[in-house]
Amino acid sequence: MSPITRGFRGRRRDEAPDDRLPPGQYLTRDFPVLSTGPTPHLSPEEWTLRVTGEIDEPRRWSWTEFRALPSEEVRADIHCVTKWSKLDTVWEGVSLDLLLGDLDTAADYVLVHAYGDYTTNLPLEHLTGGRAWIAFAYDGDPLEPEHGGPARLLVPHLYLWKSAKWVRELELRIEDEAGFWETHGYHAHGDPWREQRYAGD
Amino acid sequence: MTKTPHHLDGNAVGGLLIEAFGREMTAARECCGECGSVRELGALLAYTRGPGEVLRCPDCGCVLLVAVRVAGRARVSARAVAWLEMP
Amino acid sequence: MAGTAIRGRLRWLLAEAAELVEETPEVRSIVLDAPGWPGHLPGQHVDIRLTAEDGYQAQRSYSIATPAEDERLTLTVERVPDGEASTYLLDELQIGDRFELRGPIGGYFVWTPEIGGPLLLIGAGSGIVPLMAMIRHRVRSQSSLPVHLLVSSRSWDQVIYRAELERLGSEGNDPRVVHTLTRTQPPGWTGYRRRVDREMIGEVAPPPMERPLCYVCGPTGFVEAVATSLVDLGHDPARVKTERFGPTGGNG
Repeated sequence: MSPITRGFRGRRRDEAPDDRLPPGQYLTRDFPVLSTGPTPHLSPEEWTLRVTGEIDEPRRWSWTEFRALPSEEVRADIHCVTKWSKLDTVWEGVSLDLLLGDLDTAADYVLVHAYGDYTTNLPLEHLTGGRAWIAFAYDGDPLEPEHGGPARLLVPHLYLWKSAKWVRELELRIEDEAGFWETHGYHAHGDPWREQRYAGD
Repeated sequence: MTKTPHHLDGNAVGGLLIEAFGREMTAARECCGECGSVRELGALLAYTRGPGEVLRCPDCGCVLLVAVRVAGRARVSARAVAWLEMP
Repeated sequence: MAGTAIRGRLRWLLAEAAELVEETPEVRSIVLDAPGWPGHLPGQHVDIRLTAEDGYQAQRSYSIATPAEDERLTLTVERVPDGEASTYLLDELQIGDRFELRGPIGGYFVWTPEIGGPLLLIGAGSGIVPLMAMIRHRVRSQSSLPVHLLVSSRSWDQVIYRAELERLGSEGNDPRVVHTLTRTQPPGWTGYRRRVDREMIGEVAPPPMERPLCYVCGPTGFVEAVATSLVDLGHDPARVKTERFGPTGGNG
């Protein structure tokens, strides 16, 4: 056990009601920027979002097409596996229920691909039921590149590494394939309320 | 708004590398399996403070080392490293 | 070589603050007693770990400012706005307080006279800390290898180790110290008043044919621009060593 450092409090960690903070998490007021590589910079003309894999007809949206879709405000608590949580974050995004609507697939899993080389995987059912969005605005402003702009996946009920920044493709799969962090020992599912940080948790 | 780079270099993960390898590693040299460049680990670009530490080749950008701590133990993967030479 | 953690495990030691030196309004040196410290080389750093009462921990890295000839270990810490560790170390830490540290760490960004020279040291802000350890070691080891130091600071008030740097450079063998002040300059200032660029390095550095060993330290953007300039000027990339600092991992 480490000895306590007299007078050290750390970043402001207010009390949060227990039902808001998953086990092992600390509340933060800032918004840390974490990534596995350089921030991609994409023009709207270059941006595309696709749904591929186990699907009758792959789907594709340009930025204009995507932004013409109905979007909604999302208020969510977000939890990073590095232990910080941020409550009541406000985003705007297009629901995955809309993007995956009328989907006829045998796939149970999704491998999410981002611009750059980041990937993450999760069970397909976690993208539906009003629990996931492709978000393009944060706190009333267009999403900054360092936070995943122009658009990122947002799946707030799972650890934030599943909410891939700079999302470009959702690959539907019958068999699960591990993404970047999952390959290195992180959990395939990632439920913060069951503290599923590492594989085997 | 100025775009502040968010990366550091292998020096910043020197402690974790010692945990993983049992010895000083920032002066170890690697050969990138993608582009063939040879660099000391201290010169690799580091993306830190995430679920793990990612070291990338400064010449071609590919991921060379990923270090995570799982159940208190340091674990390193080095898929794209063609060879690693101890200092 | 004495004190190199080349092999073996790193253990967390308990260090105690023995002396505090306010270098500038935003920078403090913390002189530590660290029983069990194995010694170190100039350029190496430590990881420190701060633990709050509820078990929350923050870990950061700081370059060692002093050569191993000093009995005590000194860290020089610059305030990072809203930085939880630097705020604690600058505003709260008192003499007698203790925290964990481990090291020494590093083998790449390290200099001893055996490695050779001439030396070209280029730093911005707290990037001067490991470079100063090299300069101080050079003095203590009575090396006569030529040293050129180029330091970038926002203003004269913010030059870390200013008095010590002024004392250097008065004798023949001393480091040649050149300052650039990028934001404000005192009245009568005749030195550089802009960010380090290729032209400035060309004027300050020994020529490439002297094959200087270059150590560059500071924020990522600064380090990369300087390293690129050095290579553009004809310096051998293999003789340019870099250490990037930043709130995302180095100091914060």
